[in-house]
Amino acid sequence: MANTSPTLMRTLKTRRLRRETRDARVAGRGRRSGLRLTPYLFLLAPIALLVTFTYIPVVNMFYYSFTSWDGLDKTKDWVGFDNYVEVFTRPELFRVFYVSLYYFAASFLQIALALYFATVLSFRTRFRNFFKGMIFFPYLINGVAIGLIFIYFFKPGGTLDSLLAAFDLESLQQQWLGNPDIVNVSLASTSVWRYTGLNFVLFLGAIQSIPGQVYEAAELDGANRWHQFRYIIAPGIKPIIGLSFILAIAGSLSVFEIPFVMTAGANGSMTFVIQTVNMAFKFSKFGLASAMAVVLLAIVLVVTWIQRRVVPDEKVDLS
Amino acid sequence: MFPQQQRRRGALALAAGVTLALTAACSSGSDDPATTPDPTGSSTDGAVAAPAGEITVLTWRTDLVEDGTFDRYVSEFKAKYPDVTDVKVEGITDYEGEVKTRMNTEDYGDVLAIVNTVNPDQLPDFFEPLGDQAAMSTEYRMLAPKSFEGKSYGIPVVGNTQGIVYNKKVWADAGITDLPTTPDEFLQDLKAIKDSAPDVDPLYTNYADGWPLTQWESHRGEISADPDFDNLFAQDDAPWAEGTDHYVIDSLLWDAVEQGLTEADPTTTSWEPSKNLLGTGKIGAMVLGSWAIVQMQQAATDSGGSADDIGYMPFPYQVDGTFHAIIGGDYNLGINVHSDNKVTARAWIDWFNHDSGFADDQGGISPLVDSQLPANLADFTAAGVEFIEMNPAPAGKESLLNDIDSAAEIGLWSPDYRKALVDNARGAGEGKSKQEYFDSLDAKWAAARATVAG
Repeated sequence: MANTSPTLMRTLKTRRLRRETRDARVAGRGRRSGLRLTPYLFLLAPIALLVTFTYIPVVNMFYYSFTSWDGLDKTKDWVGFDNYVEVFTRPELFRVFYVSLYYFAASFLQIALALYFATVLSFRTRFRNFFKGMIFFPYLINGVAIGLIFIYFFKPGGTLDSLLAAFDLESLQQQWLGNPDIVNVSLASTSVWRYTGLNFVLFLGAIQSIPGQVYEAAELDGANRWHQFRYIIAPGIKPIIGLSFILAIAGSLSVFEIPFVMTAGANGSMTFVIQTVNMAFKFSKFGLASAMAVVLLAIVLVVTWIQRRVVPDEKVDLS
Repeated sequence: MFPQQQRRRGALALAAGVTLALTAACSSGSDDPATTPDPTGSSTDGAVAAPAGEITVLTWRTDLVEDGTFDRYVSEFKAKYPDVTDVKVEGITDYEGEVKTRMNTEDYGDVLAIVNTVNPDQLPDFFEPLGDQAAMSTEYRMLAPKSFEGKSYGIPVVGNTQGIVYNKKVWADAGITDLPTTPDEFLQDLKAIKDSAPDVDPLYTNYADGWPLTQWESHRGEISADPDFDNLFAQDDAPWAEGTDHYVIDSLLWDAVEQGLTEADPTTTSWEPSKNLLGTGKIGAMVLGSWAIVQMQQAATDSGGSADDIGYMPFPYQVDGTFHAIIGGDYNLGINVHSDNKVTARAWIDWFNHDSGFADDQGGISPLVDSQLPANLADFTAAGVEFIEMNPAPAGKESLLNDIDSAAEIGLWSPDYRKALVDNARGAGEGKSKQEYFDSLDAKWAAARATVAG
């Protein structure tokens, strides 16, 4: 070994190394060429759907918003920013955002309820799978069906009134949808009933991703359920709670289905989206309606951006 | 392990929800079968080729598709034209909305009812001309609304007149013997019903469904009894001023609501049950076109009442001692300008008007000039009602009224403005007085007229 020069040793080593890396590269290429395509093939279907049903319509919407198209004409006349000028010079178009406040307030109730149930049902509770199903179920029902069910619920002499009568609370009976002071509360509570399940599932998923040993350790330290919620669960699912608030704001700005089915925006329950739909399909002003939709999109983006600045996204670290 | 499993289940449920939403979105698209080309090889020349092959018919009468009436029509049509292989009938629930969207493609059936939001000047873009209006009017009536520059693009399947359908028993029980001849008399009658039977709604607006409120609009022209009313309306800067047609019609609705003579909670009404309520005497009257009479009689029989209780009265207003009622076409059948089988499509339209018996079945006025009034308008004959058919708009102004209406965002034929009227009248909504509300409509109309007229 003594006569072997160190230089030779080094050369041999490098050669072997090079060969190994080359082999690895060749082998890798062979294996990866199959792998590289597969994920894209999987992505193809959702992307095709997304492009067809989201991006192309959105691009069209931007285009329509610069025209005076009536939804049918063969020609679409370019009018520049006229539609946007009209949207911003007609305060009555924005007054309806006042109605969104009802839904925004209701979303706090909704998130609180969902959080409560998600926490309770993440512990060992009797029949917890049954209750999980119960709470999530309304979200699976078609929004139109919910609207129709709740019309019967709120009707004079309907389910709610009968329920109140059963408890001798006739004095509370109202025109739940007919009274302009109450109609938005009734509609917003229908919305809470419908969407609590979605928040609930998001929260439950996040809570269950917290490792079990953290709870065990907390129990050893003598933490009760409230402590566990306050110091483990709440900080652990903070990003999801933040997301829920973003969804709540975007949702309350663009409420549509429930008021559209139940009152069609009558009796002071008009929302911005119903108004946009009316503009397009009742008054044949597709250009103006598209501009309104673009403005709504911009408002939602701005509100979300502000919220992200005010409440920055933090990484969660429970360890 | 358990949380992992839970999460997946949640994700699955979410995915299921998304899939549902997606399929729901897709299913409303255009999946109707492509029409086969005309096998005879000819295209537009209807005189020589015989009807053959296959056509698609779009209809708004989903009820008649479901109960098999259309199956009968199709087999009778095929019996007359044995070369016709198939007639596909598509019933569409949201007819106006869906068909209008489909008309942006070329794929909207061969025969379809002309959507009412199509302006007359757009007719040639979408529909095949059926002939010269002047020549066709010897055979058909009520062609004017779907004609443009002397050509007719559609033929109404049935004609309607306008009035108030009421329960004769309810009115008789309240001691009312004569037809009201003025709006005030009508209101007094409603009050008499309310007083004699407090659980009856004397007049029912069907506010929640919305479209029944648009039936009030059909009465415009009856107050002035002027066949040119629509054309004057487009020239008027204050169509809700006192004494005008709209003032009289909308005042009646306003006053009835304000005096508590309509349903207590208008926001939760429902159309189908309302028919039974009228039939069983829980509702006194509803303002509806004559097409409703047959349905109301049916509902009365079904719910244990009698079809004879259903009566039909003209709008309570007389000019020189005579009632007037507007007569006009329901949906008009037209031919898709992109159709591959226009010959058969035309044959279907002609057969439908002459041989199908549709107008009689529906108790409507036949579009054929030489036909009799249907039996269920006997009440009108007895009351000596004079019918008015609106004159067409002058050349170049066919779309004017629609254009002003759209620009004003009033929506004469959409329920919103009368819903707001009902809300204001019952002290909800913006809390306007009648005069304030009518003034706001006038202001919108005048401003829109100024922009449209240029």
